Amino acid sequence: MQATTPSSLASVANNREQRVPGTNLLGTGLETRGVHAWFGKKHVLSDVSLDFAAGTVTALIGPSGCGKSTYLRTLNRMHEFIPTAALAGEVLLDGQDIYAAGTDVTKIRLKVGMVFQKPNPFPSMTIGENVLSGLKLAQLKKSNTDELLESCLVRAGLWSEVKDRLSEHGGALSGGQQQRLCIARSLAVEPQVLLMDEPCSALDPGSTFRIEETISELAKSMTIVIVTHNMQQAARVSDYTAFFLSDGGPGVMVETAPTSKIFSSPTDKRTEDYVTGRFG
Amino acid sequence: MTLLENRSAAIPAPREITTKPRLSDQIFRAIVTVGGMSSLVILGLIALFLSIKGFNVLKVEQLSFITESKWEVLQDAEGKIAESTFGLAAMLVGTFLAAFIAIIVGVPIAVLSALYLTFYARGSVKKFLVSLIDLMAAFPSLLFGFWGFIVLMGSAEYWAKLLNKYLGFIPIFDVPAPIFERSPFIAGLVLAIMIIPIVTAISREIFDQTPLDRIQAAYALGASKLSMIRAVVIPYGRGGVVGGAMLGLGRAMGETVAVYTVLNVVYQINWQVLFGAGGNVASLILLKFGEAGPDEVDALMAAGLVLFLLTLVVNAISDILINTFGKKGR
Repeated sequence: MQATTPSSLASVANNREQRVPGTNLLGTGLETRGVHAWFGKKHVLSDVSLDFAAGTVTALIGPSGCGKSTYLRTLNRMHEFIPTAALAGEVLLDGQDIYAAGTDVTKIRLKVGMVFQKPNPFPSMTIGENVLSGLKLAQLKKSNTDELLESCLVRAGLWSEVKDRLSEHGGALSGGQQQRLCIARSLAVEPQVLLMDEPCSALDPGSTFRIEETISELAKSMTIVIVTHNMQQAARVSDYTAFFLSDGGPGVMVETAPTSKIFSSPTDKRTEDYVTGRFG
Repeated sequence: MTLLENRSAAIPAPREITTKPRLSDQIFRAIVTVGGMSSLVILGLIALFLSIKGFNVLKVEQLSFITESKWEVLQDAEGKIAESTFGLAAMLVGTFLAAFIAIIVGVPIAVLSALYLTFYARGSVKKFLVSLIDLMAAFPSLLFGFWGFIVLMGSAEYWAKLLNKYLGFIPIFDVPAPIFERSPFIAGLVLAIMIIPIVTAISREIFDQTPLDRIQAAYALGASKLSMIRAVVIPYGRGGVVGGAMLGLGRAMGETVAVYTVLNVVYQINWQVLFGAGGNVASLILLKFGEAGPDEVDALMAAGLVLFLLTLVVNAISDILINTFGKKGR
């Protein structure tokens, strides 16, 4: 694991300061317009409009059952895997509605990758095969797969730990390494956006720290949306934070702002109560 | 220092840890044990019975019981048995041939229908098909045999001729005489249809258990349904499918009535699957049992013992295969 130098951290921070969502971003990132979601008759998410500017990290926070994971899964059409799931509103990627009729959903998921809560490498494949599995699954032709393999593992912060054991099975790694393997796997198909659904909730603090470093590295080249229960994590890794809440009815997005503002001077009383630990 | 020494001297021997189960637990344990052991005892008694009955014949025939094909009882003028020879080789070959044809034809169909039922069929279509296949599994084998004899034989004969015409240069598709009826090929097709339900049910069960997080991981990487199934479902389900196929093989090898209806019993080893000659061990027992004298009944019991051992071997092999292929994808 190479240490990130203070100067590079500073430059990351500087870069981030220049990016502001919602300012003339049509066609350059991911946006949602009035997204509602249902499971059967149950309305679980109401009217969420958010912009994710290219190259930013946005954290979605809120208590359990507030619809943040559901919302995340609408962004790459994983929502529809749950039987009876329904949706209204629009999700625009580069200005195109990803739910438009005639859309090839596999192409959407290539552009909007996902890392899940529980590390889920393919146990029948080796470490190397896992990283490149997306090429096979999506039937992409790539030359120089060796280079791609190395660069994905380097970007996921795993290369130095596994470079001599690429032909071992993925299950032989620790939980934190497996999760970084899953990140490397999603990088191999070169997504524009990476969705992360509580990627550290099953990991120890050391692994969590490495994954957060990885997120900071990745943010230089892609848009990241991360769901997290850990508010320190949201504060550490994200540029923007959106707070979700459900008062028993469908979940709503209460407030979104630059992360520093959400944690220092939120506009909404409910956000303040949540981030200061008064409930949730 | 003294403290440490004292401590190390005081390390006790591990205690025995026991528990006294409640009376209700003890009674239940006894009931469950009786239930669990009963099948073992019944199976053991059957094996013992077959061994005792077949012992004399096996002692006379020795290895030729399974290497020779002659099955003959010659009587003298007074109706006494003058000479008898018992050999199972032709029936064993017929058993394997028909069973393997059943596996080769039946398993791919069963796996495809299991994939369809698990990942494509929805709602009422799925429910209807699942109960239909369960019904097929409970269908009496005699009816499969009749259907095979009356309906399937005609068209299968046509396919057999076609295979013979174009692939006749391959030895197993050659025939010594143009007799295409009642061949191992047709028996294998009937058996294939008989094992499809069980193999489908087992494969469907195992495909259904594929971990959702792996399925989602594949989809999140831009997989189509086909590539997801190839990368995730097949590696996961392989062991179970092999197990199901082996159960099907066991059923196909032991099947009696259906094979008896569609296969000629001929006491000559026949490897040519399209040629109307063969028989299997179980149908031989059915054919001969009614008219057999005491000596021949013993020979049939010995044949039963061979079939029993054969089934045990197949099951043992299937366990090994499941352990080899199954673990890797889990």
